Amino acid sequence: MAGKTMAEKILSHVAKKDVEAGDIIIVDVETVFAHDGTAPLAFEEMKKMGVDTFFDPNKVVIVTDHTTPSPSEKISNIHAFLRNYCRENGCNFRGVGRGIGHQLLIEEFVKPWTVVLGADSHTCTHGALGAFATGMGSTDIAGAMAFGKTWLKVPESFKILVEGELKSPVSAKDVILKIIGVIGADGATYMAMEFFGETVNSMGISERLTLSNMAVEAGGKTGLCPVDGKTIKFLAEHRRKGFFKNLKPDQDAYFSKEIAINAAELEPMIALPHTVDNVKAVSEVGELDVDQVFIGTCTNGRFEDFEIVAKILKGKKVANDTRLLVQPASWRVYLKIIERGIAATLIEAGASINPPGCGPCIGRHLGILGDGEVCLSTQNRNFKGRMGNEKAYIYLSSPATAAASAITGRITDPRDFYH
Amino acid sequence: MAVIHGKVWKFGDNIDTDIIIPARYLILPIEEAKEKAMEPIRPSFSKEFEKSGIIIAGRNFGCGSSREQAPAVLRALGVSAIVAKTFARIFFRNTINLGIPAIECKEACDKIEEGEEIEIEPETGKIKLLKQAITLQGSKLPPFLLEIIKDGGLIPHLKKRLIIGV
Repeated sequence: MAGKTMAEKILSHVAKKDVEAGDIIIVDVETVFAHDGTAPLAFEEMKKMGVDTFFDPNKVVIVTDHTTPSPSEKISNIHAFLRNYCRENGCNFRGVGRGIGHQLLIEEFVKPWTVVLGADSHTCTHGALGAFATGMGSTDIAGAMAFGKTWLKVPESFKILVEGELKSPVSAKDVILKIIGVIGADGATYMAMEFFGETVNSMGISERLTLSNMAVEAGGKTGLCPVDGKTIKFLAEHRRKGFFKNLKPDQDAYFSKEIAINAAELEPMIALPHTVDNVKAVSEVGELDVDQVFIGTCTNGRFEDFEIVAKILKGKKVANDTRLLVQPASWRVYLKIIERGIAATLIEAGASINPPGCGPCIGRHLGILGDGEVCLSTQNRNFKGRMGNEKAYIYLSSPATAAASAITGRITDPRDFYH
Repeated sequence: MAVIHGKVWKFGDNIDTDIIIPARYLILPIEEAKEKAMEPIRPSFSKEFEKSGIIIAGRNFGCGSSREQAPAVLRALGVSAIVAKTFARIFFRNTINLGIPAIECKEACDKIEEGEEIEIEPETGKIKLLKQAITLQGSKLPPFLLEIIKDGGLIPHLKKRLIIGV
């Protein structure tokens, strides 16, 4: 019998039986999450099912992150409804200013070797901590919130071997953009993307989260990273002390597709409008003016991201005709960039800091683009209209490329600014 | 399950959920939001679309967000089935959960023209092109998913199972 992939190992553990790719299984869900864009519909579906209680309120998390603080009466009413519903039913609620659901789940809830479901496509992020984490729609989430179970097809896995030393400021974002550029926006559809190799081992948790976060942009069901000493340490520092077994794929596991990336040769990468797989090296883009630079989101809104940004912006100014928006992924990140003086560096350079949340990434407020404008963002998606205007152009890059471009006012290779 | 008969509305590759229903319309009730379906690339779609029509698309239909409003607005417009070269995973699951057959067929998008009348047998995955008088073979849905579609979606399906106690 062949060995197991990471996905098969986690799902065998959760199903309490030996499972392999292709099996359809019903499993217990450890953490289930929805936000202000998807929770109202999930609660409506629960009502239709005739269920008005959660299977376990401690395992249900609702976050108002997509449009926060509220920019309209309609959204304020949705937020009020969610706040009241959560209070009455005793589940976890994280409101204005707390941050992006994914970041809060990482900081507070996710455990390796469990199933995590979210009514948000970027739930694959949590695979970086060794959870089988995947996004679903509101009806599936309603079922999970009501019964604590879901059905899954054990996915085939895509082996992504990353080896070689990344040359700063080239980072995890450049790695994942490169991968998506090579395999395409549907290259891993229905599959678990499994990231491993010496480069992944040497990455911190923040960088691994960036890899896993974008698995869905290649169609992936989840994006898994190994569980090692770094994962266990991260969990212990974030209120999840306990015994968590290490996780890696077996030597003889069966992968239906594979790709190898040489990190040492990698340049800063960028995705051009309007698909995430439209990827080039930054050095190939040529002269292109940028109206807005946005640094934040569940992809790249963590402390480590802002640390690199501050290194590049220190003592410099944002270009006159360019706006720099910065948005920490959570209140903890916000507090830390204030304590370490990073917030001051960014503000002195000319950045505007948004309160923790999803912000302009989903195009509802806090930085909607104008007609014909160009935005360089550290987010994960550049679809037409994503940032609220179908006549705008969204480019995706690492925080380092975004910071360098904010200084020059045009798409810029960060290696020119990094010493 | 009954054979689905309808007129074809054609789309290309990588039709994402921000195209199917832009995020700013998510706060609208589905009956209002459906007027905005496909707005970024085909603003007149909701007005032109005729009830019980069938969407034919290329690769990776429904990629992007998990928003269930995407298949929900299509259902509200009366879309009776979606045939694509491939579907994005979450959209596929949402579509089935709402009771809409989602069939994968590699040739459909290249062989079928906009406005053509076709018939689909959900159980067998057969797609008949009435004017061209040819039949294409699409994917066969597993029995587990066909049951959900037959019951009209996941909620009626779960309810039925809970009541019958299967």
